[in-house]
Amino acid sequence: MLEEGILDSQFTQLQGLQDESNPNFVAEVVTLFIKDAQKIINHLSYYMSQEVVDFSEMDPYVHQIKGSTSSIGARNMTLACSDLHQASDAKNKEMCLQALNKINHEYCRLQVKLHLIVQLQNTIFTMETNERLRGSRYAAMSMQRRFPRFKVLFGFISSFLFFQLLITKHK
Amino acid sequence: MGKPTIDHGDQKKLSVLIVDDCSSVQVLHRVWALKLGLEVHIAENGKIAVDLHRSGASFDLILMDLAMPIMNGEQATRELRAMGVDAMIVGVTAYDDGPERQAFVGAGLNACYSKPFTEFNLAPLVQVIKEINEKSI
Repeated sequence: MLEEGILDSQFTQLQGLQDESNPNFVAEVVTLFIKDAQKIINHLSYYMSQEVVDFSEMDPYVHQIKGSTSSIGARNMTLACSDLHQASDAKNKEMCLQALNKINHEYCRLQVKLHLIVQLQNTIFTMETNERLRGSRYAAMSMQRRFPRFKVLFGFISSFLFFQLLITKHK
Repeated sequence: MGKPTIDHGDQKKLSVLIVDDCSSVQVLHRVWALKLGLEVHIAENGKIAVDLHRSGASFDLILMDLAMPIMNGEQATRELRAMGVDAMIVGVTAYDDGPERQAFVGAGLNACYSKPFTEFNLAPLVQVIKEINEKSI
């Protein structure tokens, strides 16, 4: 996804903030971003649907969506927002419409990717939690009854690779 | 790049007011600030930020967005400075260099950063505030 330009290193930093004390952080930010972005896109669409576009009224929303997309690391969508900014500065309705279409297109692509990432992170977190619980149970069992640890680790790695393949197929 | 850290020592926690209408940005900036050991408060727009100060609240640092409904960052900064608020007010905006950003800075900002704003921007600001506080003791 980094190579495709959909997400950049800002998103990687954001993922790094998720930990045991904040296990749903990525999902929380993604959900809020999608809600914010949709509201702003609706406002922009409204302004662009007017026969005479009020560019000065529209301007704060152009910057809001640019700020929101850059903060989450949505690179392609941020670039599309910059196009809208330029078009809006030039008070060119046709260019604004093209840029808004591009924003919508990138927003749709981004939503698909973000949902996959959130699902994968939640799955990994659940598996890690289960592994830790199993590990603490194993510590209480006798040596003869313990499963070899590598079987559990192998299962975890296989599942992770499976989901990576799913993501690649969806690209 | 090494993770930014703050030497907390025995000092009281610094407080930050995050003024931004975008909920995903609020959450992001909040987490960066918590990681750096700050006490975090959030205002959804400039008017709420101004009202908080009118009711007696004060903060060590204010992170101020520009494009917000009801009262934007420029107006809020101007009002806070007119009220005598001398906290560090740092603009965090998607506006590039231009008349809007210049007017924002001119309203009384100590600094202005472009979004995305991260702990790597925040950590040095927090360190500066701590040093200023130490010198004034």
